[in-house]
Amino acid sequence: MAKIIVITSGKGGVGKTTSSAAVATGLALRGYKTAVIDFDVGLRNLDIIMGCERRVVYDFVNVINKEASLKQALIKDKRTQNLYILPASQTRDKDALTQEGVGAVLEELKQEFDYILCDSPAGIEKGALLAMYYADSAIIVTNPEVSSVRDSDRILGIIASKTRRAELGLPPVTEHLLLTRYSPTRVEKGEMLSIQDVKEILAIPLLGVIPESESVLRASNTGVPVTLDENSDAGKAYRDAVGRLLGEDIPHRFTTAQKKGIFQKLFSREGAPA
Amino acid sequence: MSIMNYIRGICNTNKTANVAKERLQIIIAHERSQNRNPDYLHRLQQELIEVIAKYVEVEEDQVRVQLDRIGENSILELNITIPERSLAAQD
Repeated sequence: MAKIIVITSGKGGVGKTTSSAAVATGLALRGYKTAVIDFDVGLRNLDIIMGCERRVVYDFVNVINKEASLKQALIKDKRTQNLYILPASQTRDKDALTQEGVGAVLEELKQEFDYILCDSPAGIEKGALLAMYYADSAIIVTNPEVSSVRDSDRILGIIASKTRRAELGLPPVTEHLLLTRYSPTRVEKGEMLSIQDVKEILAIPLLGVIPESESVLRASNTGVPVTLDENSDAGKAYRDAVGRLLGEDIPHRFTTAQKKGIFQKLFSREGAPA
Repeated sequence: MSIMNYIRGICNTNKTANVAKERLQIIIAHERSQNRNPDYLHRLQQELIEVIAKYVEVEEDQVRVQLDRIGENSILELNITIPERSLAAQD
């Protein structure tokens, strides 16, 4: 049975698209046929993060309006088998999405795919509401920072009341916390909310902790999902998170500061003693 | 620079993360209590007003619907003020 997962956050710039690309790639690497849909109509970015921006011909809105078939619009990822991208329209506005239209496209995707990921736009307007409406699970991307945590709590309230599962009285959407841009060094200095702090406030299960990492910007620069960077801690953390999403029991890594030598302490540019 | 930061780190007893956590706990508790009322409350209020208006004259602000929570139980409180002249007119 196909599973629909929304990647959402409320706040912008916390790493929804990066996480959508990384988790989708991780699921496909595990052999699951995965589609990832960009719901950010007018501001599409999943295509450029996944490195297929020059291969977009038709988009999500074309499929909803029956101007193109789903087969024509889906872009097959060149690097990872089993992975397909459905880009958002760049020229339309978000009113081009309708609940019935989105429902029909998801229903068609469910026939062929194991996982359907919905990359939500920021905010709590139509695009974001439609991205979460049909979801079975939600990944709440949160930065350890006050505005992001507050917005995540707001989004959790909306998931609990405005999704199809909530409206029909079905079992609720499964919630997962993905804490991104985490800096163990700053947490240990008391400058950043810790994993425990955020877990305590939001009170949902922790799917993964992605450390603040230079490899994330490198990945977006080159259009290669960070999951494929085998040497990066962020890539490893995303692969662990995908394992947990599949029900595996994997301990969290990269959550404590690396001890630095005395020379690194004195001469490091950021001056960040552990 | 690094040495300065190190010294500042030792001196800094006021951990800003704790301030962030406290502020979040307060605002989120407040916002959760605000958003707890389900969507149907407003519609329920409108329909109640329509039904009551069939029998007695009643203004919108004389019907109050409120949802409270005590422990595990939700209490729907309905408060209707019927003007005396409306009652008198019925007799």
